[in-house]
Amino acid sequence: MSLFYALAYLLAAVLFILGLKQLSSPKTARNGNFTAAAGMVIALGATVPQLHFTAAGALIILIGVVIGAAVGTIGARQVKMTQIPQMVALFNGAGGAAAALVAVAELVKFGAHPPLTEALPSVFSIVIGSVSFAGSLVAFAKLQELMTGTPITYPGQQLVNGLLAAAIFGFVIAVLAIASIPFSFLALMLLALILGVAFVLPIGGADMPVVISLLNAFTGLAVAASGFTLNNFALIVAGTLVGASGSLLTKLMSDAMGRSLGNVLFGAFGKVQAVAGAAAGKEGRTVRTGSVEDLATLLAYSRRVIIVPGYGLAVAQAQHAVRELADLLEKRGVEVNYAIHPVAGRMPGHMNVLLAEANVPYEQLKEMDEINDEFKNADVVLVVGANDVVNPAARNTPGSPIYGMPILNADQAKNIVFMKRSMRPGFAGIDNDLLYDPKTIMLFGDAKDSLTKLVSAVKAA
Amino acid sequence: MNSELLNEFTFFVLAVFVGIEVISKVPTMLHTPLMSGTNAIHGIILVGALVIAAGASSPVTIILGLVAVVLATTNVVGGFVVTDRMLEMFKGRQTTRTQEPVKPK
Repeated sequence: MSLFYALAYLLAAVLFILGLKQLSSPKTARNGNFTAAAGMVIALGATVPQLHFTAAGALIILIGVVIGAAVGTIGARQVKMTQIPQMVALFNGAGGAAAALVAVAELVKFGAHPPLTEALPSVFSIVIGSVSFAGSLVAFAKLQELMTGTPITYPGQQLVNGLLAAAIFGFVIAVLAIASIPFSFLALMLLALILGVAFVLPIGGADMPVVISLLNAFTGLAVAASGFTLNNFALIVAGTLVGASGSLLTKLMSDAMGRSLGNVLFGAFGKVQAVAGAAAGKEGRTVRTGSVEDLATLLAYSRRVIIVPGYGLAVAQAQHAVRELADLLEKRGVEVNYAIHPVAGRMPGHMNVLLAEANVPYEQLKEMDEINDEFKNADVVLVVGANDVVNPAARNTPGSPIYGMPILNADQAKNIVFMKRSMRPGFAGIDNDLLYDPKTIMLFGDAKDSLTKLVSAVKAA
Repeated sequence: MNSELLNEFTFFVLAVFVGIEVISKVPTMLHTPLMSGTNAIHGIILVGALVIAAGASSPVTIILGLVAVVLATTNVVGGFVVTDRMLEMFKGRQTTRTQEPVKPK
């Protein structure tokens, strides 16, 4: 290893660490991304002169980089802001698969009986990388609503997953002991792919951000393992940094939802629809609906209005309409604030990004701790496309899947206006008592549509 | 255990602690961009993909190398671009934030 190459990898590692540090503070976050990207360019630039290219090798690298760069750029540029979580899942899956393939190629090169110090990390990388790839694809499908977002459970699920894990363990031993079987990698990969799918299926769509974060950490570890196989310090350090910081981030995310990581990952096991009984007997309750004109008058003559935006607002692309309504109310002297739940949208911080895109002033975006005491002074709470984050079941119903999650105190306001498409429960699939509250007025319909109507009605009021 | 492996293991253990320490104070607002940023960093697997692809000669290694390079490049490029798009939305914050919100009396 030449000195130049070693120092370049050290510089890259330092830039990754500085980049992560900057990424965790709002003022420097964007620079942090550039810093990390610079580290990546240096690591790649130092690697290329060390390689001994075959003709075929040079050609596939050229083709591969062009295709990958095009797919990555177009994908990242074209994706709608609302779909960013699933895009991150796809990129993560790509990294996991690449780590597994690198390990396979390295093992194939060694042929029969690779030394244990090569085989062990390779096998680890193949298994973890494949789990990450398959799991990421399922997370993508759940978020893109290609499949149901509710947890998929069946009797004996724990047994099946346990057998899968045992089979993988058995194969790992087989591969390590008798690596001359060429297809044992394929079987191992296949089993790991199935385990990845089986692992994510029983987790609800609302918990996908935590899952993606965990799989992101997995990919980091798979990359680090590939680094041990290739004796490459850049892979070991960068992969481990992601594995460690990703694991902590996963924990921070589940903390923000007021749940333990174990509860997020395995919560659906064993209690198939335990809450269904709790919702029974509440049928036949009535909800109050209001006309656009009534609501416009209510809003226009309020003093304090708090808007609670949710994923429904993002789906309806209503962030511009909601800002227009807020501006109009402010002009009339109404104090308007937005209450941002930590997990509003589909990921922590997702809603801040969406509202910033619509140029909502930063001062109006209040975090939950900052605004929760203000709800009792609010004349109107306008809930736009949110549901679970204001569901009092999180406080009152111990059996509920969201019990213990910190919620916005919307129920303490004098009036609550819900803009929803239907009475359908939120992403977590739980009925919301607040919809039936006597203080609540429902306005059914597409959020953007309703908001546009409200804007013209407020103008007339 | 040979000395190279020992070195590698040392780097691994130290990187675990650095990785945990460096992001321990992240605000909720930045969880998603941070996840996306770390996602781009593990695209460093492209270095590994280049190593195996460069020496490819048999059909098996050529296919493995090509697919690995495509996937890893997608991870790196897409990861950094999408993170930048998210963080771009936070621009202008500093300028608006300098005028401290006036507390209503």
